[in-house]
Formats: sequence, C-alpha cells, structure tokens
Amino acid sequence: MTDHHEIDHVSGRSTTGHEWDGIKELNTPLPRWWVLTFYATILWAVGYWVVYPAWPLVSGYTTGILHYTNRAAVAKDLAELEAIRGDKMKVLAGASLADIENDPNLLSLARARGKTVFADNCAPCHGTGAAGAKGYPNLNDDDWLWGGTLEQISQTIQFGARSGNPKAHEGQMLAFGRDGILKPEQIVTVANYVRSLSGLSTEPGYNAAEGKKIFAENCAACHGNEGKGNQEVGAPNLTDKIWLYGSDEATIVETITNGRAGVMPAWTGRLDPVTIKIMTVYVHSLGGGK
Amino acid sequence: MNKTVPPDDLDFDEEGPLYVARKKVYPQKVSGTFRRIKWGLMAFCLGVYYLLPFVRWHRGLGAPDQAVLIDFPNRRFYFFFIELWPQEVYYFTGLLILAALTLFLMNALGGRIWCGYLCPQTVWTDLFYAVERWTEGDRRERIKADAAPMTAARLGRRALKHFIWLMIAWWTGGAWVLYFSDAPTLVKDLATFQAPAVAYIWIGILTATTYVLAGHMREQVCVYMCPWPRIQAALTDEWALNVTYKYDRGEPRCSVKKAVDLRAHGEKVGDCIDCNQCVAVCPTGIDIRDGAQLGCIQCGLCIDACDSVMKKVGRPTRLIGYDNDINVQRRIAGKKEIFKPVRARTIVYAGVIAVVCSVMLYALLTRSLLDLNVLHDRNPVAVRLSDGSIRNGYTLRFLNKRGFDRVVAVDIDGPPGAKIHVIGADSAIPDRPMIVLGRDSTTEMRVLVTVPFNEKADKTVPIKFRVTDVGLGEATSATDHFVVP
Repeated sequence: MTDHHEIDHVSGRSTTGHEWDGIKELNTPLPRWWVLTFYATILWAVGYWVVYPAWPLVSGYTTGILHYTNRAAVAKDLAELEAIRGDKMKVLAGASLADIENDPNLLSLARARGKTVFADNCAPCHGTGAAGAKGYPNLNDDDWLWGGTLEQISQTIQFGARSGNPKAHEGQMLAFGRDGILKPEQIVTVANYVRSLSGLSTEPGYNAAEGKKIFAENCAACHGNEGKGNQEVGAPNLTDKIWLYGSDEATIVETITNGRAGVMPAWTGRLDPVTIKIMTVYVHSLGGGK
Repeated sequence: MNKTVPPDDLDFDEEGPLYVARKKVYPQKVSGTFRRIKWGLMAFCLGVYYLLPFVRWHRGLGAPDQAVLIDFPNRRFYFFFIELWPQEVYYFTGLLILAALTLFLMNALGGRIWCGYLCPQTVWTDLFYAVERWTEGDRRERIKADAAPMTAARLGRRALKHFIWLMIAWWTGGAWVLYFSDAPTLVKDLATFQAPAVAYIWIGILTATTYVLAGHMREQVCVYMCPWPRIQAALTDEWALNVTYKYDRGEPRCSVKKAVDLRAHGEKVGDCIDCNQCVAVCPTGIDIRDGAQLGCIQCGLCIDACDSVMKKVGRPTRLIGYDNDINVQRRIAGKKEIFKPVRARTIVYAGVIAVVCSVMLYALLTRSLLDLNVLHDRNPVAVRLSDGSIRNGYTLRFLNKRGFDRVVAVDIDGPPGAKIHVIGADSAIPDRPMIVLGRDSTTEMRVLVTVPFNEKADKTVPIKFRVTDVGLGEATSATDHFVVP
C-alpha cells in the first residue's frame, strides 16, 4: 500500500492509493456542487411530503397542506374551459338554427365544436366522417329517412328513431317473409320489381306485372305507389341510387323477409340543448342538408 | 556551472498540470483611429439594438405600428414594410445564408472584422471594460489593487462597477423583450409590474447572460467557446489582410537609446522597442508579435497603441497594421507590396451574395398576398347522392395577407358539369360563390363539388380551384383531385 496522500505530479491531485501494474487511480470525489445539489433534492423531497399527498395511512393518506388531488385539478380545468366557452355558447343558445347557419362566425364555431362532439358521440355508428355504414346512414348525402331540414334533423337527434323515447320516430319495415305475409317466390318477384324502380337489372323471366301488384298491395302503404318513400314513417325512397343495406337481390330479399328496424338513440337529456343545436347545424352542414 | 537535476524533478517540470489557469487580462486605455472606429460602431450597434423597438411604422387600423415586431401570439413577423407569416420563415434561411457569406467575404478582405468590431460579445465586453476603467482605474491601478488587500474605498468602486454592469445587462435584456410586444405598452407594464411573467423571466435570463459573458467570461468566450475562430482559420487565405506585426520592420527589437546608437553605426535595427504597449491594450491578452493566432480578435487596438509609441520615438507608424505574410516576405526580398482585394475568392463570395440577395428580393416582391390551400375530405372521400351524382367535399383555406377585407370569387376547372357550393357563402351569382376574407387572416370554408351521374366517369380526375379578388383582380389557384368511388 502506498500513502493515501500521495500527490500525482501531472494532475496535481491526490491518488486513492490503488495501483494496478504501476498505474495509480486518481482520487476524484464527486464535485461539491453535485453533492450539495443531491442533498438539496433530498430536502426538497421532504418538503414534498409536507406539501403534497405522500404517505398511505390505515384509512386514507396524508393529504399534505395543499390538499392537492388530480381529480380536483381536472375538475377545475374543465370548469375553466366551460367558463371560457360560456360566452360563445350563450350566443349559440340565443340564436336560431338558421341564424347560426347564416352567420359565418357562428357557423365555423358550431362546426368546430360539432366535429368534436360528433367524434365523441356519433362516430361509433356513423363513422368519423359521417360516411355511415351498412344500416347506418351516410349523413353527407342528400337522402334522408326522417327528413333533412334543420328542424327535422334536430328532431331526429333529440328523440331518435325507435329509441323508446315517446317522441321518437316510429315506423317499421315488416318481416314479410318471416311472418308469412308473402311467400318466398313472391318476395323474389317484388325484390326484382324494387330493383327495377331505380333502373337496376332484373332477373330473366321475372314477372313485372306480378311484382307491381305485390308492391301495390304490400309496400305502397309506406313506400308510396311509385316507391318514393315517406319520411313520416321513415320509409326510404326506393327509386334513388342510395341503399342503406345494399341493392343486390339477396340483400333486398333478406330485407323483405326479415324486416329492418335500425335504432337511433335519443340524445335529449344526454346532450344539453345548445350542443344538440350545434350538432343539428353540424350534420346539416355536412353537405346533404335540405 | 553544472547542476545535477534529479530525474523525478525533471519529470515534474516537463509535464506540469494539464490545465492552465486563466490569466486575468487588464486592457489599458488607448486612443487612435481604430479606437474611434470601435466607439462609433459600438454607438451605432447598441443604438440600433436599444432604440429600434421604439421606432413606429404605420400599417393601418388594427395592425401593430411597431417597425420591428415578432408577434408570437398572432404568428406574424413585422419588419418595416415587410410582414411575414409563419409559413414564410424560409426568408430567414436566406438571411442566415447571407449572414454566413458576408462573414466569409469580410474574412477574405480583412480577417476577423466581425470579431473585432461587430460581434455582440466584443461590443458588450468593450463597453464593460470601459465601465471597469472608469470605476476602478486604468490597467496599472487595477493590477496594483488586485494584488493589494481589499479596502473599503476599493470595495465601493468595485460595487459601483458591478452595479453599472448589471444596469447595462438589465437594459440589454429589457430591450430584447421589447421586440416581442408593443414596446411603449410593455415598458409601461414592466414598470408597473403588470407585464406577463415570461417578460420578467427573459429579462432575467438575458441580464444574467450579458453580465456573465461580458463582465466575467470576456475573451474566454472567443478563445474557448466560439466556433468561428476555428472556421475562420480554415477559410482564410494568404491574401486576406489581418492585423499583423510587420516583423520585417520590427526585428531585432531594441531599446530606443541603443537603437539610435546602433543606427548611427549603420547596423540593422528593428523599429520595435519592446515597450509591450500592444500587449497592454489587448482585450484578449495576447502578444500580436507572436503572429496570427486564435486568441487575436483583430480589433486593431494594438495598431493604435503601437502608432502612438512610434510617433513618440519618431519612427514611421503602422509597425502593426492590416497586412499579410506575402507582403512581409516581399518587403524582405525588397519587392513592392501588393494587395489583392479582388480575387477569385472575393469575387465568388460577392457573386453568391448578389445571387442570394436577388433571389430573396425577387421572392419577396413577387410573393402572393392571396393564397389558397385545398384539403380533400378524407372520410368520406366521395359521396353518392340519391340521383347518382357524385359529391366530393373539400376544405378551402384562404390566406388574405392584405391589411383590408376583400371579396373573392371561387371558380373550378374540373370534370364536365361540376357544380360548386360553398357552405355559408353568398351565392348571389349561381355557380360562382363569393367569399368575404377578413384582413390579414386565414379563412376556412367547406366546399362541395358535385358531378352529375355518369356511368363512364373516370375514377379520379384533377380539379383546380381558382380564386379571384373581385376588386383587385389578384388571383391564385390550387389543384386537388375529384374522386369517383
């Protein structure tokens, strides 16, 4: 062992006394500023225990003198956000649907907020871009089951369709096959007739007169004599190019056999009136609004 | 006498410590041509820096009237008649290229002109040295005082020095934040403690950096921290003029009396009397007579110091001056001095500067004050309507960079029969929607384009949106695609 206080000539520092193959290790303690910073962080941690929630107790925990909780912080942030929105929301609350749509500022406000609300509430069924899916209407097009005016859209959003709400849209596509109203071959015939209404091809040998007769007796009550539909009962227009469930023969046969009863939930009570207003304008402005 | 040196001690002497402690520099007061140039440039640079935020420039109602303003909240940069939007920051790239090239050109002509006269580190350090001389006395006094024990009077002077330094540093930080907000308002807010916290924080940061860099680190910034001396050394050539000790004239050094004596006997004697004035005035504490070196910022103060000595001893001035080694060698060989400020290097630098300047100027003068961006709806990309026609939705973003509202018309060149509808737009003229664009702002509009049913329609066709300012005739366009499902 060499003396611990040996001084290395080159660096002017002391060595640790360790030596390997003639190479000595310099004594390089942690810098004083580093050590002091380290102690300061320990003190800081103790301060943390005093100020913030820290230690678990038998029932509960030490809350710290600030009584800070994440939940309260989030609630406070949300309240602040609502306060910021407050004025603008008040303006929207006071304006009529048509007013909002005619004022570029209000419209862009409603569209911005509407996009978020739509993504949170409507997108699961209608898709993020409101393009819909099989059984879920595309809200961008001009084909509306229950009407596409501002008032009609507002009505649909508030009370829904077949939602159980007393004011909901009601209307039913009967299960003509399952309930034995029409025979399978009659269903195929009328399905071909329905396809012909919108100019789609029909099977060779299909009896058009028979199809027209079955349609007039069973379907015209809701869909109208010409198959143009009826928004009062949510009966779709069968002469257009838009098909909620599909336009191939098999799908139409299935629709006639088992019926259809898509549900749109009622949003009144879940969304506040201003938000429903915003959503009405948003959906109306997607492109298909009447 | 032969003294035996023990091998161990010899080792110690040869190796020594790895780090050299800083030798404090005590620059002496000096006067002369270059000192006057430096005072002038300092006054100009600091004057511009401190006062520019208060210069007004009228831009019309609602727009800030500060000549130079970086408006972060509204994302605008104002420079007199120029107003830049965030997407135009590439102009700053051009400015940086220009700055670099100008630095290269200055270097090719006169060495470290930037370091010696214009660099903020030099300018503020120079100012801080002036304060130090004023409060604590000139070089000799300061060296003597530092060696002697502290006295109350000296403590007072030193405190005064630090106080003035901090005041200058604080003013420097204060001027900085004024570039980011309306200066007179911010000054009022700062004085009444109404200004935002970030303003005080930045003033604090810049006060600290100015005080530390100019007051305490000084020449160490140039010697150890700054990359430019290294780059400069790689960029220079043999024709560049640098502050040079003309050793052909100066050597061998000799005292005044001895020189007179030797000259009388017709012997060769240098002009340098080894008075060390050039070292005494040097702000980085180097000896210029050792030749060009990294520590020399080429401020020219040693030229002034040497000239005044040469005048006193009755020898020609500019023993130290802007010169290069080629001329030193030519004089030794008895040839005439030559200077080549115009040579391939300087021509190329000047040429590239001219090109970059022209490109920037052209871009600035021809930039559109009406811009259009188109964003096609991603979901759904296309919508089939009940009559079979196809509709695509787009978001049109209009950028009106003018200081007043204006009305634009939107037209499309797209598939045959395409009809445009802008949601929320005035549709007084069918198929040509009019949109009001607010002054100096961005307007976003949802636009629907509908194409009638066509069995043989292409999958996707290009579509062009043309926007025309109804009043000024200014027009722009943007292209996208019309998608058929």
